[in-house]
Amino acid sequence: MESYLFPFDSLICMLLGISFTVWFTLLLVFIIVPAIFGVSFGIRRLYMKSLIKLFEWATLRMERGAKEKNQHLYKPYSNGIIAKEPVSLEQEIQEMRRGGAEPEFDMSDIFYFCRRGVESIVDDEVTKRFTAEELESWNLLTRSNYNFHHISTRLTALWGVGVLIRYGILLPLRVTLAFTGVGLLVVLTSVVGLFPNGRIKNYLSDKVHLMCYRICVRALTAIITYHDSENKPKNGGICVANHTSPIDVIILASDGCYAMVGQVHGGLMGVIQRAMVKACPHIWFERSEVKDRHLVAKRLSDHVADESKLPILIFPEGTCINNTSVMMFKKGSFEIGCKVYPVAIKYDPRFGDAFWNSSKFGMVNYLLHMMSSWAIVCSVWYLPPMSRMEGEDAVQFANRVKAAIARKGGLADLLWDGGLKRGKVKEVFKEEQQKLYSKVLVGSSEDRSRS
Amino acid sequence: MGSRASSLLREEDIDEIKKETGFSHSQITRLYSRFHSLDKGENGALSREDFQRIPELAINPLGDRIINAFFPEGEDQVNFRGFMRTLAHFRPVEDNEKNKDMISGEPLNSRTNKLHFAFQLYDLDRDDKISRDELLQVLRMMVGVNISDEQLGSIADRTIQEADTNGDMCISFSEFTKVLEKVDVEQKMSIRFLH
Repeated sequence: MESYLFPFDSLICMLLGISFTVWFTLLLVFIIVPAIFGVSFGIRRLYMKSLIKLFEWATLRMERGAKEKNQHLYKPYSNGIIAKEPVSLEQEIQEMRRGGAEPEFDMSDIFYFCRRGVESIVDDEVTKRFTAEELESWNLLTRSNYNFHHISTRLTALWGVGVLIRYGILLPLRVTLAFTGVGLLVVLTSVVGLFPNGRIKNYLSDKVHLMCYRICVRALTAIITYHDSENKPKNGGICVANHTSPIDVIILASDGCYAMVGQVHGGLMGVIQRAMVKACPHIWFERSEVKDRHLVAKRLSDHVADESKLPILIFPEGTCINNTSVMMFKKGSFEIGCKVYPVAIKYDPRFGDAFWNSSKFGMVNYLLHMMSSWAIVCSVWYLPPMSRMEGEDAVQFANRVKAAIARKGGLADLLWDGGLKRGKVKEVFKEEQQKLYSKVLVGSSEDRSRS
Repeated sequence: MGSRASSLLREEDIDEIKKETGFSHSQITRLYSRFHSLDKGENGALSREDFQRIPELAINPLGDRIINAFFPEGEDQVNFRGFMRTLAHFRPVEDNEKNKDMISGEPLNSRTNKLHFAFQLYDLDRDDKISRDELLQVLRMMVGVNISDEQLGSIADRTIQEADTNGDMCISFSEFTKVLEKVDVEQKMSIRFLH
């Protein structure tokens, strides 16, 4: 029996050996070598264009199918469910008062609060920023589809093929690359750490970091377009960007070298952090130090004051937002008083949603979603540096930077705190509303007493 | 990542809601998607906490009263039917001409029903009368700490005096309607739902 299997055995081994070699050579030539040198064959862009054509076809097919069966097609409310008018409290209440002598209080005043309240129940500016954006055309991922009944065999077959490709081919490829990228990062930064401090070390550290991040970018099949690279952050400054997912770091760091800021983690992240800091100074805080704002500010200012150190990368929103808006920037990084380099990142949701809904999905689940989407397509805009102006305090400066980022990225500019994802809104805001209304009441009584 | 919400709503349900409330098919599916996104517990019903999670509602001085209006007497959960029934009060009145297959009787968004909704915001104990105490409590919610008790008391007294016609020191629903007869309730208590 055994001798019967022998020739097949060696044949199979040979075949496996050959296919592995071919596989790894292709990997090396098409992915890793370009990553090292920062060039691109353009394969990913071609892939992206073909995907777009495919999605448009799929959507048309679904619409046609729905019409044939006389069903209603669910259209996401990209234009909003209701039309709101931005009228202020005072205006509304003055309008509502019955003409003639103004009484202090009118029972109809309640209509204003009532309508505003119900409007916010139907559609509010904040809660929709913490869930994934809804798409107009279908991108062959069931996770973003509402109309997927069995419309046509061709469409279902296409979706099935898509699943096979994504989970069978793309996912293993990407996971391999991810492991390679991270592994190389840890090993090479430790090696660079052995060099004495100086120009050679900095040069090597930059090259190593860039290379590994580029491999990670390919591990996600991220197709990134960088705009206005002449404004790239320089040493002695802080780079601020809007935050959508942990991938933002990889996207920015594959085009430039930054000093990262973050909490010290345990496990794999901790290993990576310790290795990275050997090659060049990053800023990692112990959990206890994070609470101490003065300590944080001091470490950041010290880093920034040293011109030989890389620009710091900070995400002032403090949490992941779903890339349709920019929420309140925490003022800490704007108090330091150095140049701020704003960066706007906008993802194209058609290929894969990059938003990390941390209340719904854990990190591993999220990475799996990322690696089994079609691609991550995004645009990065480097904005010209900004500094705090005379007479401007940190909060105003932060809002100015935020407005610039929102405008460039085509995102809504909100004053709400991203912390509302998990926490309650402060009572102070309700008290402001109450104060406004009281002014309307009391104001009119003052007029009456005068007349 | 996205919600499969509309697949959980059956066509028969949509038709029933359409007849009862007058909303169009696409409005109902969109509002269902919204209902689903507010329902963090994913049990097909909203609780008071789900509403309070909306920041713009939480800072509304009458937020709690509005939330209360969605819940029937003594209940803690509101399902989608109840949600739509309450929202239907805010449909504009003009839309009724376009929608012919409504059940007979007054539509939910008639002037009377809109006024009744507002009346219930004042009527804390649901006894169909607004007493001086209830009016004071609601006024206190609207002004916070910015007006003194005496001033607020005199405002309440004056309001009741002007509205009360049968001398029982309370405002009934018909007295409430009479006081507001010149106000354009249809416009002030309507929300422009997009199609």
